[in-house]
Amino acid sequence: MSCSRVEGKILAFVDNRLKESERLDVEKHLADCSACKLRVTEFRSVSSLLDELPQIEPSEAFDLRVHARVAAEPAKRSWWAWAAVSPRVAFAAAMLLLATVWIGTQPTERPAIAEQDLPVVENADYDVISSFAPLSDLSQAPDDEDAGDPTNVPATM
Amino acid sequence: MARSDVQLMLDVKAGDEQSFALLLQRYRSPLVNFLYRMVRSREQAEDLAQEVFLRVYRAREEYVPSAKFTTWLFRIATNLALNSVRDNRYQRMEISLDAPVTADAEDGDERTLDVPEKTPNIEQHLVEQARKQMIRHAIDKLPEKQRAAVLLHKYQELDYGEISKILQCSESALKSLLFRAYEALRVELAPLVARQGKLPG
Repeated sequence: MSCSRVEGKILAFVDNRLKESERLDVEKHLADCSACKLRVTEFRSVSSLLDELPQIEPSEAFDLRVHARVAAEPAKRSWWAWAAVSPRVAFAAAMLLLATVWIGTQPTERPAIAEQDLPVVENADYDVISSFAPLSDLSQAPDDEDAGDPTNVPATM
Repeated sequence: MARSDVQLMLDVKAGDEQSFALLLQRYRSPLVNFLYRMVRSREQAEDLAQEVFLRVYRAREEYVPSAKFTTWLFRIATNLALNSVRDNRYQRMEISLDAPVTADAEDGDERTLDVPEKTPNIEQHLVEQARKQMIRHAIDKLPEKQRAAVLLHKYQELDYGEISKILQCSESALKSLLFRAYEALRVELAPLVARQGKLPG
């Protein structure tokens, strides 16, 4: 076995995670290769140094916080599952829907509300009739030459 | 006989809240420790661990036991941790360089755990602290994916198949990742490694 092939197995060898046949192959290589043997020793040291780091304990409130966040989750159910769980609510919803449809199909005899409520203006100061020019004035239409001049407004009355 | 993780998760899926509490009890410490080593902040690690459990709970109805529960759990945790590490990096880039230097929260957290009440030899204690800090910083200096691989391999003792699924790479790529990580640690911890090598056994 070459050094490069052993490299891929060194860590598993250090952790005793190799199959028996692979372990024997690596051991055979190590017997003849001082560089790989040194690396195994050093990797073992690194692994042992990593063991020295202490573990921390989650805070006492950790579980409570998780449970609180879980409790705050909205119930996740499909519409049909929800209806199946609460048949009374489903029945009430169906009745409401039927009532809405029934009311919508009834003929209406009363005038539209908009017409009833429109305010009627009877005493406006605006005299519509007198605002119109007499028909006789229409014969005194401006000449064609003046028609194009917007400043030339014909006098009325 | 204790129920397996998969069985507990299936029970959660069936609506058994107690099984979720058991999973929480089983995995809160491994998750918090893994995330703590990834993000270097106890508070953030706990927040992320809570998020992991919340996502597990949210996914209960779609849960299918196609892989080991731990693979699924640590995949969620690793993804959250990697995103958080990247976010933190961007945040640090935004912090002014002349901001006052504060003590590392992580150092403080661990120190409270392993300071003996009556230290017989204060010098020896300080040496121990410096040694642990050196190991911590060596791990912190690893690129995040290598760090995740080392933590899952060393502290969670997951097998190569599981870790490669968590990190979404092939087993051979994982072995190469771990080899490079251990090489970096060996160089970074050279003074300690040399001393360790001289110890008997």
